[in-house]
Amino acid sequence: MASLKDLKNRIASVKATQKITKAMKMVAAAKLRRAQDAAEASRPYANRMGNVLSNLAAGFEGRDDAPKLMTGNGQDQTHLLLVCTAERGLCGGFNSSIARLARDHADQLLAEGKTVKIVTVGKKGYDALKRGYSQHIVENIELRGLKSIGYGDVKHIADLVMEMFYEEKFDVCTLFYAQFQSVISQVPTAKQLIPAQFDAADDAEDGSSGDALYEYEPGEQEILETLLPRNIGIQIFSAILENGASEQGARMAAMDNATRNAGEMIDKLTTTYNRQRQAQITTELIEIIAGAEAL
Amino acid sequence: MAEAFQFELVSPERLLLSAKVTDVTVPGSEGEFGVGAGHSPFLSTMRPGVVKALSEDGSKHEYFVRGGFADVSTSGMTVLAEQAIPMADIDADYIAQQIQDASEDVADAKSEDARQAARLVLSQLTELQEAIKAS
Repeated sequence: MASLKDLKNRIASVKATQKITKAMKMVAAAKLRRAQDAAEASRPYANRMGNVLSNLAAGFEGRDDAPKLMTGNGQDQTHLLLVCTAERGLCGGFNSSIARLARDHADQLLAEGKTVKIVTVGKKGYDALKRGYSQHIVENIELRGLKSIGYGDVKHIADLVMEMFYEEKFDVCTLFYAQFQSVISQVPTAKQLIPAQFDAADDAEDGSSGDALYEYEPGEQEILETLLPRNIGIQIFSAILENGASEQGARMAAMDNATRNAGEMIDKLTTTYNRQRQAQITTELIEIIAGAEAL
Repeated sequence: MAEAFQFELVSPERLLLSAKVTDVTVPGSEGEFGVGAGHSPFLSTMRPGVVKALSEDGSKHEYFVRGGFADVSTSGMTVLAEQAIPMADIDADYIAQQIQDASEDVADAKSEDARQAARLVLSQLTELQEAIKAS
């Protein structure tokens, strides 16, 4: 049985922990707003890009001179997994759920006899995958210490991927990140980057339908060739922004839980403490009365 | 008064401008071009330069853009810039810095294609610098 003093110490320490988790939750909430704004602000660009590209790509369907980034290099042997995670932990199952999705994917590919290469963005993903998959990891990019991520910070990742593609180091590239839905729900997502896949063009709402006869300058081919690499950069960029929002959301939920658990623990410990104190007082009283009666 | 149309300038980070405008000038890769209301659908890549938009109420917007593309459709016009900065925030030093970066790119380029591309950017930037000096 713990002594009164021990209990008091424990209560104090749990209270200190609760204070920290509460503060972390509030920091995460503030950061979440910023991250969410950033993610939302990047959407118009990505959407427009997607629309223009799917319009363009439709014209190249099945043609031999279509850029390789779109059609792939005709092989399906080496897969590159680009795994985006957070730089920091303490955010619930956020990092591990992305890592698990990537791992499942990798296992499946390996079982099919394919070669798997992994590029991790973010320290936690690297930590999670280096056990068991270290021979597959070719590169680890850390975005640590960046307060807000600009497109320029992400561009070199895209450049790296492109360079590897042109050097034929991989055939198919898949991006892993967590899609932000709400504070309590972040969905780990796998998205194929190369060869590019386009959602069916849904331009109906904004009226710029694919039927309109576009003029191209310089030419269709050239534009597609400059847009596709840029599109990869944008895809990675928006994935990382989504990830940022998801991370803060997950951390907020995790810290909220932790704060609540600490509260419960304090209540339980306080009850025990009071009960024990009461017992001690009773014992002392009995001793005094017994002593008085013995006289 | 010319007819107004919807104009949007977006960079990967955010939407910079969304307004009704009457006239837009864009530095296309094949030469500068102007867009008015009812322009036929058109898609062009851009070189580094200045996008000028004249909004409906007569105010002028000027942005320095570094590459990207312009999309003119029947419903309006969108400029997707890789990087866009209001002209008010730009001075000769910034351009000089960009030029220095570009010349480093030329020096660092690994393949002949990359070097050619970097050189093109450099020449466009130098041109722009002269234009700004002259004005």
